Amino acid sequence: MATESAPLGQAPNSSLDTLARRERGRLFGLLFPGLFWLIVFFALPLVVILLYSFLTPGPTGNVIWKFTLDNYITLFTKDLYVNAYVRSLWIGLVTTVVCLLIAYPLALYIVQRSPRWRNLLLFLVLIPFWTNFLVRTYAWMIILANNGVINSLLQAVGLPRQTLLNTTGAVLVGLIYGELPFMVLPIYASIDRFDFTLLEAASDLGASRARAFLRVMLPLTMPGVAAGSVLVFIPTVGQFVVSDLLGGAKVDMLGNLLQRLFTRSNPPNWPLGSAMALVFMLVLTVAIIFYFRTTTEEDR
Amino acid sequence: MKDGYAIEMRDIVKRFGDVNAVDHVTMEIRNGEFFSMLGPSGCGKTTSLRMIAGFEYPTSGEIYLNGTSIGTTPPFQRNVNTVFQSYALFPHMSVAENVAFGLQMKKVPREEIGRRVDEALDMVRLTGYGERRPRQLSGGQQQRVALARALVNRPDVLLLDEPLGALDLKLRKEMQIELKRLQERVGITFIFVTHDQEEALTMSDRIAVMSEGKVLQVGTPTEIYERPNCRFVADFIGESNFIRGQVSALNANDVTVTDGKGLTLRGQMVQPLQVGDDVYVSIRPEKARLSVQRPSEPPNNLFPVTVDRVAYIGSDTRIMVQLGQDQLFDVWEQNTRSTVDRDAYWQRGEQGFLWWPAENALVLKD
Ligand SMILES: Nc1ncnc2c1ncn2[C@@H]1O[C@H](COP(=O)(O)OP(=O)(O)OP(=O)(O)O)[C@@H](O)[C@H]1O
Ligand SMILES: [Mg+2]
Repeated sequence: MATESAPLGQAPNSSLDTLARRERGRLFGLLFPGLFWLIVFFALPLVVILLYSFLTPGPTGNVIWKFTLDNYITLFTKDLYVNAYVRSLWIGLVTTVVCLLIAYPLALYIVQRSPRWRNLLLFLVLIPFWTNFLVRTYAWMIILANNGVINSLLQAVGLPRQTLLNTTGAVLVGLIYGELPFMVLPIYASIDRFDFTLLEAASDLGASRARAFLRVMLPLTMPGVAAGSVLVFIPTVGQFVVSDLLGGAKVDMLGNLLQRLFTRSNPPNWPLGSAMALVFMLVLTVAIIFYFRTTTEEDR
Repeated sequence: MKDGYAIEMRDIVKRFGDVNAVDHVTMEIRNGEFFSMLGPSGCGKTTSLRMIAGFEYPTSGEIYLNGTSIGTTPPFQRNVNTVFQSYALFPHMSVAENVAFGLQMKKVPREEIGRRVDEALDMVRLTGYGERRPRQLSGGQQQRVALARALVNRPDVLLLDEPLGALDLKLRKEMQIELKRLQERVGITFIFVTHDQEEALTMSDRIAVMSEGKVLQVGTPTEIYERPNCRFVADFIGESNFIRGQVSALNANDVTVTDGKGLTLRGQMVQPLQVGDDVYVSIRPEKARLSVQRPSEPPNNLFPVTVDRVAYIGSDTRIMVQLGQDQLFDVWEQNTRSTVDRDAYWQRGEQGFLWWPAENALVLKD
């Protein structure tokens, strides 16, 4: 710590040193509550999970203190788990992309309304939050069920019933519906900050509407797109409620497996669950870093 | 195409809801000229410019660029570029990328882009600034990047909407000179919007004075200042005294006006008039004379006056005199002699004679 000041003065900076020390003490005092919170609620559980993931599962759901890599080997070799990873990431990706494709034009539309309409429309975007998420997902079950709203309508006009519930499609619909506001809001915020004269400038310089959008508007609203994507992607990949309710037991995502490993399976397998959660975190972190690298490059 | 018109606006109307932002405007802008649109806020300058750029389409009327109608051609297909008041530089691109943008859109070969960008930056004295971001530049430098970004495309017409509005006074004066020099060098037609009359007078070959969506007068700076064609123009450009009255006699260009309170004035006709018309006689304050003695060779406009107020402003003395019963009249005298003697200047309450040659007074309608 003191290495930086060492070559400068050998003798007369002892008073500076005490000052620096006192300063450091104060800084620590200020940081302590935050640090404490982070350590107790974030770092400690993480350490526990890390530890567990290398231990052996016992026959009654207990943990045997014996180092093993089996948990990780299982994760990467058993189809059940590999598929769950691939499926979760895939569902997360599709949900994010579809949300993006809906949210961007929607946010743009809202920004271009008069202030009164704008507030009303934003309010409408937020209204679903007033009802419990579980209740809203149950509502989708009623809509998609075999004798639900959609099938009744289909029947009424003489079309055959469709199996909608308990499919990947149903899970996607539920996820997109639930996550859409999280995509709309950050994109709205960045479009709201966007100076539309820049589009005129681009057009003036010979850019067609599409090129003006790609070269000017999209890069400048990328922070909103990136934030929205992360806000949608992470919770989606970890979902288990929607996939449980709208996918039946047929669409297993990571969250479903995790939940089963920790609570439902007989016996519970905490070490495997821990390994799964850790790998999951790692994959997400890498994905997000990569994503931010590629999307925010233009802005640096 | 050196002669002929770069831009012709034929009977252009632009309506927003029930506002006539531009109201039957007809203008011809010559190739290679520095043309200014001047007028008070909301008179339709920006709207006119935006129609030439293609950001708005006229409600009716026709716009020609080099003789070709461009009514509803989209902006990216017009060889016209704009310098925006807010500059509208792309913040996520470097200065060089900003300048290169238009050339890239036109698919100009890479090496040529590099060369032309360098040339353009050179022209606005920003050599070596290519790698910077717009936000790392001062206002004046950003302004010059905006200029370079537009000029690099070699447009037929360059549109400038109050480009100096955001600069402080000193920088503004410098940029006025620089802009004018640049225009002379590149020979491109500039259409320059401003509400600063001094700026318009110093820079323009010709000026269009606008008010409430209409063009009142188009002319050279001297024509606009010396021969305004209506009271609004005389009032908006520079300062002027207006004496209200009625035409009592007409003799060729020589008009006699009486104000109904005993004043009879003679002035020049600049637009068709008839006896009995309500008019204003307009006299610029620097074009009237004030003397202690009655001039030996009395001109046809000579009035005894009382000094009401005196303002010494260094280069000039501005004297407000009372003419007739209730008419106040502003006279500016240049302080051509250096003295600190108070008596050398006019004093409040002093009597004197106010006079001007008939050609210095213009008879204008409202
Ligand atoms: N998009 C628009 N919608 C409605 N009215 C508009 C629009 N643009 C301009 N106007 C109106 O048209 C008139 C002319 O506006 P314009 O911007 O051309 O004025 P201006 O001469 O450029 O004024 P300033 O010197 O303040 O920039 C104004 O009354 C303005 O309110
Ligand atoms: Mg304007």
